[in-house]
Amino acid sequence: MSNEKIQAGLDKYNASVEKATAKFPERAHIPEQRLYTPLDIKDTDYADEIGFPGMYPYTRGVQPTMYRGRFWTMRMYAGFSTAAESNKRYRYLIESGATGLSCAFDLPTQIGYDSDDPISEGEVGKVGVAIDSLADMEVLFDQIDLGKVSTSMTINAPASVLLAMYIAVAEKQGVPADQLKGTIQNDILKEYAARGTYIFPPRPSMRLITNIFEYCSKNVPKWNTISISGYHIREAGSTASQEIAFTIADGIAYCEAAIKAGLHIDDFAGRLSFFWNAHNNVLEEVAKFRASRRVWAKVMKERFHAEKPKSMMLRVHTQTAGSMLTAQQPNNNIIRVALQTAAAVMGGTQSLHTNSRDEALALPTEESVMIALRTQQIVAYESGLADVIDPLAGSYYVEALTNKIEKEAWEYINKIDEIGGAVAAIEKGYIQKEIQDSAYKWQMDVESGAKTIVGVNKFQIEEEPPKGLLKVDASVGVAQCKRLADMKAKRDNEAVKAALADLKKACQDENENLMPHILNAVRTYATLGEICGVMREVFGEYEAHVNL
Amino acid sequence: MEKRIRVLVAKPGLDGHDRGAKVVARALRDAGFEVIYTGLRQTPEQIAEAALQEDVNVVAMSILSGAHPHLFPKVVNLVREKGMTDVLIIGGGVIPETDIPALKEAGIAEVFTPGTPTGDIVDFIKANVK
Repeated sequence: MSNEKIQAGLDKYNASVEKATAKFPERAHIPEQRLYTPLDIKDTDYADEIGFPGMYPYTRGVQPTMYRGRFWTMRMYAGFSTAAESNKRYRYLIESGATGLSCAFDLPTQIGYDSDDPISEGEVGKVGVAIDSLADMEVLFDQIDLGKVSTSMTINAPASVLLAMYIAVAEKQGVPADQLKGTIQNDILKEYAARGTYIFPPRPSMRLITNIFEYCSKNVPKWNTISISGYHIREAGSTASQEIAFTIADGIAYCEAAIKAGLHIDDFAGRLSFFWNAHNNVLEEVAKFRASRRVWAKVMKERFHAEKPKSMMLRVHTQTAGSMLTAQQPNNNIIRVALQTAAAVMGGTQSLHTNSRDEALALPTEESVMIALRTQQIVAYESGLADVIDPLAGSYYVEALTNKIEKEAWEYINKIDEIGGAVAAIEKGYIQKEIQDSAYKWQMDVESGAKTIVGVNKFQIEEEPPKGLLKVDASVGVAQCKRLADMKAKRDNEAVKAALADLKKACQDENENLMPHILNAVRTYATLGEICGVMREVFGEYEAHVNL
Repeated sequence: MEKRIRVLVAKPGLDGHDRGAKVVARALRDAGFEVIYTGLRQTPEQIAEAALQEDVNVVAMSILSGAHPHLFPKVVNLVREKGMTDVLIIGGGVIPETDIPALKEAGIAEVFTPGTPTGDIVDFIKANVK
């Protein structure tokens, strides 16, 4: 059918419905158009913009056969209390069919404090597992073969230290570093912008990150050295377009820093990975995944002149949206997570964590985690959504939406370039303000009723308080402090002192790669707090400025 | 002219989730209150000191990390120790229902859990501020 004929048909259709239908009540966050046709994608060139899986610009997926080859990695984020408790949960997950591990660390660990630091009081083992030294890491991976499992660690400011501990545990298991598979989040820019577990100012933080890129390219080649994360930006309230735009802008900043440090783009870009949120709007999310791959491929090819295909592929881990879980009628969250899973899978994710129904209330129980994992398995094996590659390609709406999200992302990326890049945009508070404005708009739309959240502002019921929530006892902190004290009494404190002095010297020399020095310190059982303490002394700490 | 209600919005502990704190801060400001936001990672001592320096009527804290049983009561005690006996102290975040009675007993006037409309917080402050 020619475009003229389609236009004539569309005009006729529009005229008939304008007359026939009353206006649907106002709803926020829905597309302006009610119907999409071939006219909406008439300027989209299939070969250039959509193409084929495993081929530039990777709109249809990064692997040639996608889930026809194998399913995504079902990776459940877990960790709480002590290393021994978390080890039990990891082994339970592996027995239940999880295909990768994902470690959650408690806040003191994420911010580089030991469990016995006064600032850690009340936080030890709460949102993740407490790791003070190599001794805890040995317990965390006890009876788990690091040569087989792939492990993702949500660790940012002290990523170098936790990676060093992982390498050291593997050494003890007899697994060489070049066999290790996994990811460290290591994405400090989104910590400043959205997540809050920063330690050092941007300059030394970027140095640590490029040190890791360089060290791993030579010594831990299968490791994903960074997971450039939009997840937390979205959780903080951004839109879908903002999520990928701000994250890709962060990715550009990391590449520029690494190139400035003397690395070649194709030597590290293949190990960069991404982390997206799977939010409630299924079709918008699918379009977001597709658009993000296209934007990143173009950035790598056109801006950084990457030559290896691997450098141009946006590989992504996904987590369903924690902020969309409701404390009200928590079983409804199972349905939300199932739809979010569908979006991530139709979007072509490489790995996925599904949230549990009770996470707006507490850390998940084993039963809830099982339902969340089963949700992935049902989508994989029963739903048919994973049977063909990029099944929504060619949908007039999804293709038009993919184009729209890409366009909005470029506008933001260009704007951030004008400001001077992602680091400058964060220092000026631009990115934070954009996210806050979106978060506030969302909240106001929910409160006005323009946006319906089932069970929250519509369809509410009287509920009994939920029972059987997981609680981390305060005694965990006491026990962990005792473990730490015992460990310190047993280790060779002279060796620790020497390793920390050596690390300090290395920190002061900008041309020195810190990774070997950190690894050296970790092997002596120097604690995370001691190692980060040395770096705090030399690098100082970041101070955030908030504009409401 | 009537003196405007002054509110300190605070993030005690190491938790970096401040979407809620910022949204509440802005909603309170839009409701006509004067709002001071502390930013992240404040110790209970820093929060009590800020409350004193800023001469606030209300301290509104947010924690999503589970550290509330430890940190909320600590802030209440320090605020009272500094002589601010009239200051209204409220909290919010991911807080299980079962923890709420103990927090109230410790002096947290009200606890607002996920899904609370910001208007409820505004109304509560107006009704209970001294």
